Amino acid sequence: MTSQTSPSEKVTCSGWQLGALVALRMLIGWHFLYEGLAKLLNPYWSSSGYLLEAKGFLSGFCTSIVANPTALRLVDWLNIYGLIAIGLGLIVGCLTRPAAIAGAVLLLLYYLCNPPFVGFKYSSPTEGSYLIVNKNLVELCALVVLALFPTGRIVGLDRLLFGPPRIVDPQHA
Amino acid sequence: MPEENVRESEHQAQPPQARRGIGRREVLKGLASVPVLGLFVYGLLKKRSLDESRRAQILSELGLGEAPAVLPKTTGKKAGELIRLGIIGFGGRGEDLIRAAGFAHPDWVEQKRRDAEKNKLDKWLEDWLKQEDLNIALTAVCDVFDVRAERGLAASKNEVRPGGTGAPLAGAKRYRHYQELLASKDVDAVIIATPDHWHAQMAIDAAQAGKHVYLEKCMTRTEEEVYRLHEAVTRSGIVFQLGHQNRQQATHAKAREIVQKGILGPITLVETTTNRNSPGGAWVYDIHKDGSPQTIDWEQFQGPAPHKVPFSLERFFRWRCWFDYGTGLSGDLLSHEYDAVNQILDLVIPHSAVASGGIYFYKDGRDVPDVFHVVFEYPERNLTLIYSATLASNRNRGKVFMGHDAAMEVGGVLTVTPDYESTRFKKKIEDGVIDPSLPLFTYHPGAKGIDAVTSASEQYFASRGLLYTYREGKRVDVSHLHIKEWLDCIRNGGQPSCNIERGFEEAITCHMATKSYLEGRKVLWDPVKQRIV
Repeated sequence: MTSQTSPSEKVTCSGWQLGALVALRMLIGWHFLYEGLAKLLNPYWSSSGYLLEAKGFLSGFCTSIVANPTALRLVDWLNIYGLIAIGLGLIVGCLTRPAAIAGAVLLLLYYLCNPPFVGFKYSSPTEGSYLIVNKNLVELCALVVLALFPTGRIVGLDRLLFGPPRIVDPQHA
Repeated sequence: MPEENVRESEHQAQPPQARRGIGRREVLKGLASVPVLGLFVYGLLKKRSLDESRRAQILSELGLGEAPAVLPKTTGKKAGELIRLGIIGFGGRGEDLIRAAGFAHPDWVEQKRRDAEKNKLDKWLEDWLKQEDLNIALTAVCDVFDVRAERGLAASKNEVRPGGTGAPLAGAKRYRHYQELLASKDVDAVIIATPDHWHAQMAIDAAQAGKHVYLEKCMTRTEEEVYRLHEAVTRSGIVFQLGHQNRQQATHAKAREIVQKGILGPITLVETTTNRNSPGGAWVYDIHKDGSPQTIDWEQFQGPAPHKVPFSLERFFRWRCWFDYGTGLSGDLLSHEYDAVNQILDLVIPHSAVASGGIYFYKDGRDVPDVFHVVFEYPERNLTLIYSATLASNRNRGKVFMGHDAAMEVGGVLTVTPDYESTRFKKKIEDGVIDPSLPLFTYHPGAKGIDAVTSASEQYFASRGLLYTYREGKRVDVSHLHIKEWLDCIRNGGQPSCNIERGFEEAITCHMATKSYLEGRKVLWDPVKQRIV
């Protein structure tokens, strides 16, 4: 999205590139927000099933969460409201960078709990076929990109809260 | 890359210090994404509204709420009304039942404590200690094997129990013969968990002695015993409960409600099954190292068995493998399946039975089949009940009720799936309100709970609804609930759910299947003469 052909050249961002980044931010925000609200509105939802399926080095930790009703309630609560807060932040561009980082961390946890590694089998069906890379990992990387190229101060509430981005001339930066 | 490097062209020539206040353009850009949020809220509300309307339409069509199953009411204990309990037969099942009543052997407590330490999800001990105190005292134990009798005595004195105060318990007295136990004035009620060949005689004697009876299935070993026991119990006025603990399963009550509302349409076929694939599942139990003619009263064990044989550890510990003591797959496992269907459909005794099978895998000297099937006809109900079993495969097959409008599968979870050629749901399927590829209704009482099922055999029993159910979101042992129901009726009157009439239907149905298998012919029930012909 940027043309960075030499250290002395200014970094620029075209309208299309900016638009694509903002669209990506909103789509991921939409996905997070709906995931959170769907869980909030479903009285039967619990993370226990997902945690019990955990494989790899986090499986013991996940099992101990399920075994402790208070911890499980806390994890369920954090999941629901974490997804909602991140989703809202990304859609309206409020605290965009923290939201993107928090979203990436959350997805990293999801990925590490149920990694699609060779030899790991899951009883719950997945909606696709994966080898190491799954949709969580792809969305995680997209959030890393959004954290590195935050757009909330250009299109979003961050612009009103913190002002538009400062201009930096790389030659004098 | 730092945030400052993402820029838009219009600001390139406008240093931030030159800007004053927040202009209209700034506000527009700041709020540019808010309409997306508006779109989201609109989409969410629309989806919710559509989902709710679809759900409401389906539930209204079904006349069914999502409320928990309507479970039979049992009344609470009356203060101070202690019931003194005796146990006849403290083998595997006897020990299970006494534990469900509130008395566990210290070894079990210790084992479960270790299991919980190893696996934090193992809640057996925790759930058991939270179980309701049934206000009973275990005063009498009778077993022909010394080791088991001693285990019973140890359980009766174990103060680690639901509602336990830590105060020492008086404990039970051991009786070497069940008739001595029945003659005791310290016993109000007995649990009989012996091999089947003793069931009828012991229960008849108990009824005549005025002791209330909780009897394990199969109710009797022979047809003739059914009539004698039925008469003895009805004459005595005792409270009798047959050990079909899965009657307490919440999904069974919900299944009954669904059938009574006609949701499945006319049901023409019900299929029930048993599949197991382990020596334990096929009743090849361990032989205890201390079992010997010195520790086992062999003569008393044989009792009413039709063929007397010399002392045999194999026959003592694996009695289910011989018709001399048990009833094979029919009275052992078909019994549970039939009783569940009888509970849900009020089937009563079938018109006819045709059974087949053989000893195809466990050629170990047994005479009961390890593969067994039976077809029961109910022409007046326009219905066939099929039972099919193997002890050499674990393939899971549910208890399925096949109706013209929907099929229902019942176990620990209940699922109703619409039929795509249903008459009742035709319009709703055409309108897209009902999707025949998806379950119409799923009832999972413990959906929020955690199932810490640890062994394959536990998984089997749990999937059949034989281990536990849920009350107000808490996991409860169904045997505990079944015993509690019996005790509540002793204290407050009324009839338990698996009383002598249900037992009569169960025993006759199972004996029809056994008779058909042994005689190689179709057998009929004569409702006038009240006999199998």
